[in-house]
Amino acid sequence: MTNHPSRGDRPVEPLVFEKHVAGAYGVDFPPLDVPETPVPHRVAGSGVPLPSIGQHDVMAHYTHLSDRNFSVDGNFYPLGSCTMKHNPRINEWAASLPGFSCLHPLQDEDCIQGALRLLYETRTMLEEISGLHEVSLQPAAGAHGEFTALKVIRAFFTDHGQPQRTVVLAPDTAHGTNPASCTMCGASVKQVRTIDGHTDLEHLQEVIAEVGPENVAAFMITNPSTAGLFDPSIKEMAEIVHGAGAKVYLDGANMNALLGRVKPGDFGADAMHYNTHKTFSTPHGGGGPGSGPIAVTEELAPYLPVPQVMMADDGSFYLDRDREKSIGKVRSFFGQFGVLVRCWTYISACGPEGLRHVAETAVLNANYLAVRLQEVYDMPYFAPEKGAFCAHEFVSVPQTLLDKGVTLIDIAKRMIDYGVHPPTMHWPIHDCLMVEPTETESKHALDQFVDVMLQIANEIDQEIACVKNAPLVSDIARADEVGAARKPVLVWND
Amino acid sequence: MTTPTDCHFSESHEWYRIEGDIVTVGITQFAANELTDITYVEMQDDGTSIDKGESLGEVESVKTTSDVSSAFVGEIVESNPAVVVDPSLLNSDPYGTGWLCKIKVVNASAENLMDQSTYDSKYSV
Repeated sequence: MTNHPSRGDRPVEPLVFEKHVAGAYGVDFPPLDVPETPVPHRVAGSGVPLPSIGQHDVMAHYTHLSDRNFSVDGNFYPLGSCTMKHNPRINEWAASLPGFSCLHPLQDEDCIQGALRLLYETRTMLEEISGLHEVSLQPAAGAHGEFTALKVIRAFFTDHGQPQRTVVLAPDTAHGTNPASCTMCGASVKQVRTIDGHTDLEHLQEVIAEVGPENVAAFMITNPSTAGLFDPSIKEMAEIVHGAGAKVYLDGANMNALLGRVKPGDFGADAMHYNTHKTFSTPHGGGGPGSGPIAVTEELAPYLPVPQVMMADDGSFYLDRDREKSIGKVRSFFGQFGVLVRCWTYISACGPEGLRHVAETAVLNANYLAVRLQEVYDMPYFAPEKGAFCAHEFVSVPQTLLDKGVTLIDIAKRMIDYGVHPPTMHWPIHDCLMVEPTETESKHALDQFVDVMLQIANEIDQEIACVKNAPLVSDIARADEVGAARKPVLVWND
Repeated sequence: MTTPTDCHFSESHEWYRIEGDIVTVGITQFAANELTDITYVEMQDDGTSIDKGESLGEVESVKTTSDVSSAFVGEIVESNPAVVVDPSLLNSDPYGTGWLCKIKVVNASAENLMDQSTYDSKYSV
């Protein structure tokens, strides 16, 4: 049986395997209407060891588990860099319309005109927001977008007689996906130092000189950076990179801070990806679903993947699979269609003014929290009196509290007791919390969060044990993460 | 555990023991303490050429994953199989059985690295 005793008022939910009853079953199969044929042993093997359970028991099991879900619908979820905003229900309504949800991807183009129009309009709206020439909706998520765009840049350079450009530069605060995407593309990565969360321009120039400007393919930058700061020297950076003949790639994870205010194309980006599930609101987390459209300049556009959704002269829509210089297909069919429906719906519901308010409110909310917390939670980059505001998220290294004898994990675990999802931790810098409230939290919710954080700080002074032993009221206490990582048990064994 | 005096140290918390043209690399006790319980170690394959500043492999803890970078130009000639089986050796014996790999170096000069007393005065455990 499950090892951890429950501490709450609910019994521990056993694994579904532990609910196995030999001979039980959940559904009646319809009568066989074809001749009975035994499944060959090479296919069936000795059977799949799935548990046998009645339908009601299955429902009860998953309902109990769903009761334990922590979700953005019910709780504050300030997970930095993840943009866990409210997902408007109109998105779900649109995505579940049978005209979208019942389509088959192999239907003829003339009977999916509505879906193609939606894709085309999503494409052009994302082009407008990026300030870039052309968007491909194909990539399945952000990292896939990075990979696809790097392939596009690679194809451009190969086509222009510069196949030796295989070095990609990235700041030391880059998302882990950046170097991973480079490696997947066969590029090597060189790190550029940051100072106070901003890219060190001198070091950028040094690294370019060191590897040779003729070998640099791209500089991948996140702006606002992962430290939650808009980098005002982005144009200078772009000039340095362009001066080396290389491309500027914008990791669009933090587009929530820029919508309607800044177009990446205007500050020198040659290519970028969106995380539409974050910025344009699809429920995400736990691995999906995402969508990572990429936007590129005119010179890179011929290399975008196929198919591309197009509008013909007569106003009808079609898929262009015939692009001579294209890198080819990167995903089956048309990208993450369901997520793109939500993206179209969100952008259309907000409108240009609304999108601008999204960015403004996201930045305002983060700065409000930072101001209210900065006296207790030390913030290395936040100094509004010197004009150093944060963008849509902020980083705290609560050293004053840590010096009183707690660890960052203690603080995070105590937040769980108060119904708050712990923020991103230990990244992009050591011992930090990275808080992204998003624009959809009310002032009341932000104030409640401040109360929780100040209460925890107070507890560290008054009754440190309740922080060191947290969580105290969740169903399960601290899991044995070291044991789980060193000796994982990934297969059910009774 | 006391920091060994026969090693040199980098700002990124690797230690290097130079013996002829073979340099043994590990991470310091300070680094191991900061990482907390180390759960996974993966080093580059033997025979991999390494430039100064390049990654020799990575060390993962419940807290974070860190690159182990090289202060030398050379080639990895051996890595420690024991730490792959039991990553906790990096926590319990970082300067001994918890070594990570050996590099055959082009130039074994330890300039730009710290000696034990400089490292200890900067990063006391």
